[in-house]
Amino acid sequence: MKVDRRQLLLGALGLAAVRPRSEGAHAQTAHEVLRRIPSTGQAIPAIGLGSWITFNVGDDPLLRGASAEVIAAFVEEGGGMIDCSPMYGSSQGTIGYGLQRLGYPSSVFSAEKVWTNATGDGPGQIAETLDEWGVRRFDLLQVHNLVAWEGHLETLFAMKAEGKLGYVGVTTSHGRRHDLLERIMQRYPIDFIQLTYNVLDRDPEARLLPLAQERGIGVIVNRPFQGGALTRRLRNERLPAFAGDLGAESWAQVILKHLLSHPAVTVVIPATTQVAHLRENKRAAHGSLPDPTLRDRIVEEIRSL
Amino acid sequence: MTDWWSYRPSDFLLFSPTTYWRLFELENAAVWPLPLVTLLAGLAVLGFTFRPPTWSGRPLALLFGLAWAWVGWSFLWQRYAPINWAAGYVAPLFALQALIFVWIAAAGAGCRLGTRFTLSALPGSLLLGYAVILHPLTALLAGRPLAGAEIVGIAPDPTAIATVGLALLMPPGVERWLLLIVPSLWLSASAVTLLTLSTWEGWIPIAVLGLTLLTVRRSPAA
Ligand SMILES: NC(=O)c1ccc[n+]([C@@H]2O[C@H](COP(=O)([O-])OP(=O)(O)OC[C@H]3O[C@@H](n4cnc5c(N)ncnc54)[C@H](OP(=O)(O)O)[C@@H]3O)[C@@H](O)[C@H]2O)c1
Repeated sequence: MKVDRRQLLLGALGLAAVRPRSEGAHAQTAHEVLRRIPSTGQAIPAIGLGSWITFNVGDDPLLRGASAEVIAAFVEEGGGMIDCSPMYGSSQGTIGYGLQRLGYPSSVFSAEKVWTNATGDGPGQIAETLDEWGVRRFDLLQVHNLVAWEGHLETLFAMKAEGKLGYVGVTTSHGRRHDLLERIMQRYPIDFIQLTYNVLDRDPEARLLPLAQERGIGVIVNRPFQGGALTRRLRNERLPAFAGDLGAESWAQVILKHLLSHPAVTVVIPATTQVAHLRENKRAAHGSLPDPTLRDRIVEEIRSL
Repeated sequence: MTDWWSYRPSDFLLFSPTTYWRLFELENAAVWPLPLVTLLAGLAVLGFTFRPPTWSGRPLALLFGLAWAWVGWSFLWQRYAPINWAAGYVAPLFALQALIFVWIAAAGAGCRLGTRFTLSALPGSLLLGYAVILHPLTALLAGRPLAGAEIVGIAPDPTAIATVGLALLMPPGVERWLLLIVPSLWLSASAVTLLTLSTWEGWIPIAVLGLTLLTVRRSPAA
């Protein structure tokens, strides 16, 4: 699956149109901002879709249908990266179901993971994952949580060399194993890292994000809402005045805009069970993004609440 | 090095409360009218506890064995494991509990209960009554449809609670201890799951385990 030509054009427009609109905010196109994958320059929508918990609904026809609606809305809003893992129960099958209903749209960038202690089990697990999605090739495969990373990276690089895979990445979350991640980024020609980054978990800003920029590695941000804890906490808090300057209608959008405004960030992958939230998240990549001063204010504001 | 200390139960939570509670609605619908049958069987067992016929020990053990085998296979293995791979590892324990019941029926006189209702039988009867009659109503209390009620012999929690109740009605001894192990393990796991899902129902298995502990400590030794 690849981002289509229309999106590539939009991407070119989006990237070209970044100019300040008002103090503290950078204006962008009316369309969702597209990012470039550093290793190839391929354009990709900045807001992707996670699937941990939200799409693990087994064979419940009602909840499967609801998940398929979220995926359909995601595609309608321009598509982009859908992230999953063999660790996420039945989420892979749910995504496969959603994509099948849509006829496997080309705007979806498939991001999967390999997650097994035995390197030898990697290829078998990847084959099963392909079956669950109902696709023949993944755009991106990541070593989940750095489990048996050396062996799996070897497998993934070999697949990429044979043209059976688009990109190679590694993931971590909750701020774990950043030292090892840094070493891997320095030594291996990976295309992506995935890590937890949000207004309250800002460890990556110190070393990993600058290193990703320096090495030309794409950054996928997981847990933008701390698994929903952040949005729940802010639910009854009033939006600050600067949200209006950014064109943000909700705390969720303020949080996503904060992440998107970091130059190292390629894609943010919030998960949701709700079409309304999906559209709201997608809209966060429209309009303005905060400048460094406003970024600091966002952090201070949320910390103080 | 993996920082295992930094993991919390919520990091292992794979599904949402909505998905979890829907399992019972789906299971009841899929095996209907079995939930009605197991509910009636549960009520009959409850009736037995007040005046158990002398022949009831073996049928009781076999009935409970059947319930554990069925819940392990139909609910844990088929319904729950797709959203929680850990359930696949727990299902064999349900089979083991079924075998323990069969063994008790084959090697002894089954689940022999006291022939007259005494005060010391109160905790066991209460738990059994709660599992059969009241536990299904927690769905309504929590604002969920009755169609998703957790029914004894269909859902694991009321089956485990009823088993603990039955075991507490038996005279202290090896058989009683054997029957308490798997249900207690299940109820502990269930408490962790439900409390991680932030639902108040998690306190139910904790209360059951507390009452069980108090009762077995007060029972005279075999
Ligand atoms: N090690 C790894 O590789 C790793 C680890 C963690 C996560 N990930 C990936 O990253 C993805 C994102 O992380 P996450 O799912 O843990 O957490 P998250 O995206 O920070 O939070 C998801 C929660 O946020 C809520 N939410 C979403 N949009 C919202 C909105 N606009 N307003 C209010 N609430 C909103 C959702 O609830 P509703 O359903 O109500 O919208 C959901 O409960 C995962 O799904 C997974 O794909 C990977």
